[in-house]
Amino acid sequence: MARIDVRKTYKLYIGGAFPRSESGYSYVVNDAKGKFVANAALASRKDARDAVVAARKAFGSWSGRTAYNRAQILYRIAEVMEDRRPQFVAAVQQSEGLSSSRAGEVVDASIDRLVWYAGWADKLTQVVGNANPVAGPFFNLTTPEPTGVVAVLAPQDSSLLGLVSVVAPVVVTGNTVVVVSSYERPLPAVTLAEVLATSDVPGGVVNVLTGDGATIAPWLAAHMDVNAIDLVGVAGATDLATDLEVAAADNLKRVRRAPAAEPDWADEPGIDTMTAFVELKTVWHPMGS
Amino acid sequence: MPTTVPDLSDVTRSEASLRRFLHGLPGVDQVGADARAASLGTRSIKTTAKAHALDLAIRMVDLTTLEGADTAGKVRALASKAKTPDPADPTCPQVAAVCVYPDMVATAKQTLGTSGINVAAVATAFPSGRASLDIKLADTRDAVEAGADEIDMVIDRGAFLSGHYLQVFEEIIAVREACGEAHLKVIFETGELQTYDNVRRASWLAMMAGGHFIKTSTGKVQPAATLPVTMIMLEAVRDYREATGQMVGVKPAGGIRTAKDAIKYLVMVNEVAGPDWLDPDWFRFGASTLLNELLMQRTKMTTGRYSGPDYFTLD
Amino acid sequence: MSNVFEYAPAPESRSIVDLKPSYGLFVNGEFVDGHGSSFKTISPATEEVLAEVAEASDVDVDAAVKAARRAYNRVWSRMPGSERAKYLYRIARIIQERGRELAVLESLDNGKPIKESRDVDVPVVAAHFFYYAGWADKLEHAGYGTTPLGVAGQVIPWNFPLLMLAWKIAPALACGNTVVLKPAETTPLTALLFAEICQQADLPPGVVNIVTGAGPTGQAIVSHADVDKVAFTGSTAVGKAIARAVAGTQKRVTLELGGKAANIVFDDAPIDQAVEGIVNGIFFNQGHVCCAGSRLLVQESIADELLARLKRRMATLRVGDPLDKNTDVGAINSHRQLERIRELVDVGDAEGAERWSPPCELPERGFWFPPTVFTGVSQAHRIAREEIFGPVLSVLTFRTPSEAVEKANNTPFGLSAGVWTEKGSRILDVAGKLRAGVVWANTFNKFDPTSPFGGYQESGYGREGGRQGLAAYLQGGEA
Repeated sequence: MARIDVRKTYKLYIGGAFPRSESGYSYVVNDAKGKFVANAALASRKDARDAVVAARKAFGSWSGRTAYNRAQILYRIAEVMEDRRPQFVAAVQQSEGLSSSRAGEVVDASIDRLVWYAGWADKLTQVVGNANPVAGPFFNLTTPEPTGVVAVLAPQDSSLLGLVSVVAPVVVTGNTVVVVSSYERPLPAVTLAEVLATSDVPGGVVNVLTGDGATIAPWLAAHMDVNAIDLVGVAGATDLATDLEVAAADNLKRVRRAPAAEPDWADEPGIDTMTAFVELKTVWHPMGS
Repeated sequence: MPTTVPDLSDVTRSEASLRRFLHGLPGVDQVGADARAASLGTRSIKTTAKAHALDLAIRMVDLTTLEGADTAGKVRALASKAKTPDPADPTCPQVAAVCVYPDMVATAKQTLGTSGINVAAVATAFPSGRASLDIKLADTRDAVEAGADEIDMVIDRGAFLSGHYLQVFEEIIAVREACGEAHLKVIFETGELQTYDNVRRASWLAMMAGGHFIKTSTGKVQPAATLPVTMIMLEAVRDYREATGQMVGVKPAGGIRTAKDAIKYLVMVNEVAGPDWLDPDWFRFGASTLLNELLMQRTKMTTGRYSGPDYFTLD
Repeated sequence: MSNVFEYAPAPESRSIVDLKPSYGLFVNGEFVDGHGSSFKTISPATEEVLAEVAEASDVDVDAAVKAARRAYNRVWSRMPGSERAKYLYRIARIIQERGRELAVLESLDNGKPIKESRDVDVPVVAAHFFYYAGWADKLEHAGYGTTPLGVAGQVIPWNFPLLMLAWKIAPALACGNTVVLKPAETTPLTALLFAEICQQADLPPGVVNIVTGAGPTGQAIVSHADVDKVAFTGSTAVGKAIARAVAGTQKRVTLELGGKAANIVFDDAPIDQAVEGIVNGIFFNQGHVCCAGSRLLVQESIADELLARLKRRMATLRVGDPLDKNTDVGAINSHRQLERIRELVDVGDAEGAERWSPPCELPERGFWFPPTVFTGVSQAHRIAREEIFGPVLSVLTFRTPSEAVEKANNTPFGLSAGVWTEKGSRILDVAGKLRAGVVWANTFNKFDPTSPFGGYQESGYGREGGRQGLAAYLQGGEA
């Protein structure tokens, strides 16, 4: 007789802990063929609120770390993912209905993408910042700094590669993130959260909410302590995207607009994924004796 | 710093305490100071204010000759010019003083007679100050005995730059004693002190030692007086009065050649130290060619046309 | 003897400015009559009417956008960068040649001291065109690609009319865009003189279009369907409205909005320069500066002494005729702005802060407000939180560096900040922690074409100036 397996409870990831939804609600997650897989926590607006608090709390210390340290931590995530490759392959296969080898490619690409972004931590400043030769006796330097707390609506289709591709560029520069995973394909996000929890990523730097973006996103878009929002997760949903952009104007969030359709995440990203969520600071100081 | 100045006798009790005090003075940001001085220089002075400023500037001139080639004849001519800067215009005021080497004091004194114009003598092994204290004191007494009303001493920049502030301080006190009734001006040679922080420290040092005036330069080292250096010194005398109630004068010397420059200095005196210093008792220009420039401008104001050097005496 | 050296008036001659009784709109290289009504622009120093100016209607804005689109398609986007550069260099040179005229006109229409328009605004305007001219044929090296956006709709404020025009038009044109620009309704005249300069430079028609008017004209530009890019400098409230208006469109937006900058003075600051920096920070341009150092945070141990020095310095500020070369503080730009300042100052009084102004006689006609400092202000006071946009300084104290940073950052704005200390290590630490787009350390209110300017948070987004300023006008600058 086959052993009865012990199933995992899929929970939210907020402030380094794995709470159930504050509302107590969950929703059914099926695999690509429509077969029941698990109940995922249905994040509420209060979970979103808690996640923003956690992200804000983590921001000072995360943004204050050295770029080298953030690079090490992102690379560490990749290491741990590689270690758990079969688990991710299974999760992607299940969520996206891919063949095992295709799912393997997606996981490999996801890990490689983390490595790629890890390397950017201590290079972006050099690429987008510079000294400015002002017409006077002043030292003048422009450097990028993280925007703050960034809400990310993760892509709906690409449950792992898409997710990694929108989270990594935000945190590598020192932002903290509240990410709402794909609604129908949330499980790779929860697995990733479990990796984050064991990869030296400080609690609160990445907060993962599973649930309905259409319900949670308006709260995040209107939240006055969220500094920016990436709308890629509502690609194609023009009206919702517009509403969110309008709400985001309340505190002039930086908005990465929703594209007409979800991009092909296999394409190599540009640095705009990072520069969308940095602020340029220019410091002046006199030069005299 | 008015609120932070401790009992000044405490400050000068030891080399260490003096050093602590001088290095505890607020720093000067060079770029900011330069910018402030330049902005004061953009004040536009017109009509009655300008006429008044020109006369005031003439009254503040220490008409100076400090050359190895100085002779009794040269000094007599200079003294005559001091009394009657513009022979064609009896309303033209006299200058404040004639500034010469100690051996020319008697000559100058004789020519100036009862004009009320002071004789200032540079002393203390001017301009380098490289002599023993005894020599410097003898130099000073010599000038005072010859009738000098004012002594322009130089500080020991070597001692200052090597941090021997107490030595500089005590030397100023000794010279002041040697001055007797004569007023003491203390020259820093700011071109050698170089930084504004040093100028501020030297200012406090000299004021605490009892100097009646603080003076920028000997005229023998470039740069001599500049607007920002003078501004730092004006800030110092302003703050010193706030702290102690005592007023100290300021004398920029060397490099002030045009009437326009002189007026810029007066604007600075007015706005930085305040109108109390707009008086020959508290502000002087150490200069030689400046006087004729002031006279030409003065004539332009009264006649309405530009004048030329041929209409003013070369002395 | 107190007035021993009273400065006589030294007015700059206004005869250099040839004012017409009325002005039309500048569309497609020509001055045309508008289809809307008109409004008067006055000198805020005397309330004298300077000229009648057309108020552009929707039809006029549409004509301007069409002209810009035509010029973009047919001429400007196709022209080699090296040729665009030459037009911009020409403009820079003409601005220098007509510098005094521009300065006098700016002071007349805006009320700012001639000393500032002559020594700051106009030279920086020329420098801005000169700087971006040089980028026009070097875009491939800047990192944002070389493809322009199209037609830029630009709406600028009244505090630096010509300078804000330069910040908008120079990078837009350098990158190959064409523009429709609306100057503020209280300060349209130098923009119209700039239009004349475009004619003198033989700039192709339609590349620059100037439409005068008030809020509705601005809205028409922002919401015009054929505008690809909106650039706005002004209030945070309007900035938010623009962000809402463009939601769901493909329009690119940069916003340069309000601020409530902290100017932090530590006990080891170069105190005399700090006093100058505070004065420059809040009284420059009557405090009509979005990055004004309107919140002075002074370390408690030196607060009394610093304030004594500040007040003594404030007493030397000369308030009056903007055209007098010795004026330090000019006229408040409009009656409306004066009312706003008065309202917030009354709030400051009511909230219990202590108000002080040096004795100064204000002219009877015109809009004036004396340099003012409020002490005993706390973070909870409205005058510590809201942008007054006038010559009014709120003074708060702190005890430690971390408290200073905390208070400085405790605002929804994030445009600029100042820090004064002689300790280099502390400068770098504090500058790093301040959440503001521009940090002036041991200086304040410095601007340069090569130096990016712009805010964090509710102070807006995007940068103007420097290499990064190109991002706002190129496809590759899309974030």
